[in-house]
Amino acid sequence: MHIVVIGAGEVGSSIAADLSETHDIVVVDLDPDRVESLTFSEDVLAIEGDGTSLSVLEEAGLDEADIVIACTDDDETNLVACSTAKVGYDPFTIARVRNTSFLETWHRGVRVFNVDFMVCTNLLTAESIVRMAGLPAARDVDTFAEGIVQMAEFEVAPDSPIATQRISEADQYEALTFAGIIHEGEVIIPDGDTVIEGGARLVVIGTPESLREFASEMAPEAHRTKEVVIIGGDAIGEETARLFQERGLTPRLIDNDEDHTQTLAERLSDTVVMCHDATDVEFLIREHVDKADLVVVSLDSDERTLLASLLAKQIGSSRTVAVVETGEYVQLFEAVGIDVAINPREVTAEEITRFTREQHTENVALIESDQAEVIEVEVTPDSPLAGRPIKDTVEELPAPVVIGAITRAGAFVTPRGETVVEAGDHVVILVSTGVVDTVLDAI
Amino acid sequence: MTLRVDWRLSLGLVGTVVKWLALALVFPLLVAIYYGEVSAVVTFGITTAIALVAGFGLEQLRTGSELGHREAFLMVALTWLVVSLVGSLPYVIAGNGTVAAPANALFESMSGFTTTGATVMGDISFETHSRALLIWRQESQWLGGMGIVVLAVAILPELSVGGAQLLDAEAPGPGIEKLTPRIAETARALWVAYLGITLVEVFLLYGLHLGGLAPGMSFYHAIAHGFTTLSTGGFSPAARSIEAFSAAVQWLIIPFMIAAGTNFALFWHVLDGNPSRLWRDVEFRFYLGLMGVIAAILTGLLFTGTGFLPGQGETVVGSLGTAVRHAVFQAVSILTTTGYATQDFNTWSPIAQYALFIAMFIGGSAGSTGGSIKVVRWLVILKALRRELFTSVHPDAVRPVRLGGHALDERAIRGIYAFTVLYLAVFFIAGGLLFLDSVRAGLGLSIIEAMTVAAATLGNIGPGFGIIGPMDSYLPFSRASKLFMVGLMWVGRLEIFPVLVILTRSYWRS
Repeated sequence: MHIVVIGAGEVGSSIAADLSETHDIVVVDLDPDRVESLTFSEDVLAIEGDGTSLSVLEEAGLDEADIVIACTDDDETNLVACSTAKVGYDPFTIARVRNTSFLETWHRGVRVFNVDFMVCTNLLTAESIVRMAGLPAARDVDTFAEGIVQMAEFEVAPDSPIATQRISEADQYEALTFAGIIHEGEVIIPDGDTVIEGGARLVVIGTPESLREFASEMAPEAHRTKEVVIIGGDAIGEETARLFQERGLTPRLIDNDEDHTQTLAERLSDTVVMCHDATDVEFLIREHVDKADLVVVSLDSDERTLLASLLAKQIGSSRTVAVVETGEYVQLFEAVGIDVAINPREVTAEEITRFTREQHTENVALIESDQAEVIEVEVTPDSPLAGRPIKDTVEELPAPVVIGAITRAGAFVTPRGETVVEAGDHVVILVSTGVVDTVLDAI
Repeated sequence: MTLRVDWRLSLGLVGTVVKWLALALVFPLLVAIYYGEVSAVVTFGITTAIALVAGFGLEQLRTGSELGHREAFLMVALTWLVVSLVGSLPYVIAGNGTVAAPANALFESMSGFTTTGATVMGDISFETHSRALLIWRQESQWLGGMGIVVLAVAILPELSVGGAQLLDAEAPGPGIEKLTPRIAETARALWVAYLGITLVEVFLLYGLHLGGLAPGMSFYHAIAHGFTTLSTGGFSPAARSIEAFSAAVQWLIIPFMIAAGTNFALFWHVLDGNPSRLWRDVEFRFYLGLMGVIAAILTGLLFTGTGFLPGQGETVVGSLGTAVRHAVFQAVSILTTTGYATQDFNTWSPIAQYALFIAMFIGGSAGSTGGSIKVVRWLVILKALRRELFTSVHPDAVRPVRLGGHALDERAIRGIYAFTVLYLAVFFIAGGLLFLDSVRAGLGLSIIEAMTVAAATLGNIGPGFGIIGPMDSYLPFSRASKLFMVGLMWVGRLEIFPVLVILTRSYWRS
């Protein structure tokens, strides 16, 4: 496919990189330096110009474009770019926005703003934070098949009951599959004899209930999140607070801007909004932030976020999630002991990439810096998977694949060796990124 | 010195209102003609003429400038004073009974327009007074209920510009809700809802009479009580108030008193196709809840007999139906500041009277015809106090006070605090002054009685306890006290500020 990506920032570059192997990508950006660097770093065509100008888009090949992805940092630019792309042409348009109200407006009608698919950075980030809270020890959670199937990464503590067990011993859970093990940065696709080492991370696929059950057994002391403290009242912080309050919690939101906290307090009816400096240890202790189950930090600069997260961690809060604006810092945050660092742009890029691939794969999650992918695929009647037990078909595939879950007519089916996959089923599989296309072709 | 208020404009507009008041005087005139009351025809003929002349005279003062904030205050405050003066003329001209004395007539008239329902008419009967005069007494309450100025804004196009300020100065409760883009249409919508519900009550009351369930409720009485139920007025041409009528009438009046104490904007929304707005409204729910609690307490007290003085209420004690009826009726009547009674609650024990005394300070909803402090203010105060408690534990918490989902402006909350404190201050000072004057006049009021007098007049309720019980009158008070109470009723109806502000120096100058 021919895809035009408008905006060569972190989101645009990362989308371009992910899609360039299988598609023709043209990237448009105003900044000549970015255009220059992208030309050499990725196998894409980078054009300097304004993405809201029709002539620039035509130069980028709008006439043959199947998809236009507008993912600059500016909401209005993205919306205008999508509308421009629809003048005289009919590509599928994807817009990235931050402001949730645009998403609300978009949901109210058909093709509002000439946007065919809208991705809201703030909401996506908030949603992934909230999903993490539902599963105490989970690191990264994705849903498939309209929520029937969930995938989560769990850290296996050295004293965890399943550490040093083999997969076949540990896999005692109904409706749950151990799809992968991440050990020292390597994704291993396990078989029954693979031993789960302490300190490794497990990729688990199953129903949301089975995952929750598994989570509570993995970390029995960590019950469901109750006390949530959000530090920083930016759009992501506000959205996170709103999602938590929709789930019946009463989160506390701390921000030190007096006027802004007033507005936040008016908008968030079930959140306790506080106006204070979040780096004041005395205040954090007085408000029992140390007793919180989850501390989310999303401040305007990564430096302050790091400081506040470390403080929260140091006074003893059990889980700290930091929202990091700069992608390169994610690893750094986790290295210094922050439990999870989330980069909104990465989340957005992942969502747009997932959606773009949807033509053959319906849902995809990237694991451990893109080493492996979890993909949802619909099984066609002529697929080798159809009509035969899994244990026979998987061995015939060109590369190792784990079938993590099957959904049949909206219901969950636990995949076991004897399970027969039928045409029309959706299967959620884990596969190494390098062989994704080979495997997908085979299926 | 130069005045910063265009008083001529305000006074001129008052003249316009008085001129139109002549139209309202036509109704008792027709009643007089219908019943063949010759002297009453003369009385109302003269009053109508005076109203027209005075109205036209005052109207000449009008200047062409626009009605500002200050002129609106002056106009509203003066309108109520002047209209009450003109409204007192028929009592004086008719020259019958105690109300013929000018001070008494003014008291009766002000008590009428402000929907207080306190009376100095010693002998309320058709023998002493004409039917026309007694219907005028009822009608004055109906005019004052939804507000004379609101009515003026509804029908006079010249008031459309400053109309919102006029409505704000007159309408009960903090702030006004514009229902339509045009303020005159909003005023009209309120009056139409008011008129409609009044007519429904009149027909139902008369229907009960025709059905044989209400022997005393003639068409005359049906109209008379329709006028004073929806206005939360409380006057009745029957000396024993609603006690004179059957249980069916008493039950029927209860829901109409409740409606009168409800924000009329809500009825507009119901008619506009949003019935859910009514039961979703937080003030309405709180209002019903408060009434329910007080009625339940009174029911228990009356049913067991603890609510009565020794030797009283033998027909009520042990009879659940009767106890519920009297408890609910009195609770609703006092809380909505109507002032009707189905029973002389002077025969009630202090504990039952105390429940009613508390109800005197609650009042109707904002935008209703009820008086006193208003439900919404208490609701906001309670919420603001709860916030105070929360923020003393969490000093950094930012917590707006919410009412029905949306946050209230801090200035509005401050205004509500200020009004409530001021109301209570006026109440305490007035109670003290009335007590002192009763000592001077040798009336021998107890301090508690004096306090209920202040509460009953300032809150536009009417009856109180002791010598001003629901079956008694304000006649024994000295003339000074009566004129003071005229002031209290006036100030209470306009919710203190519009009157108080025109007494300040900065209002007239800078």
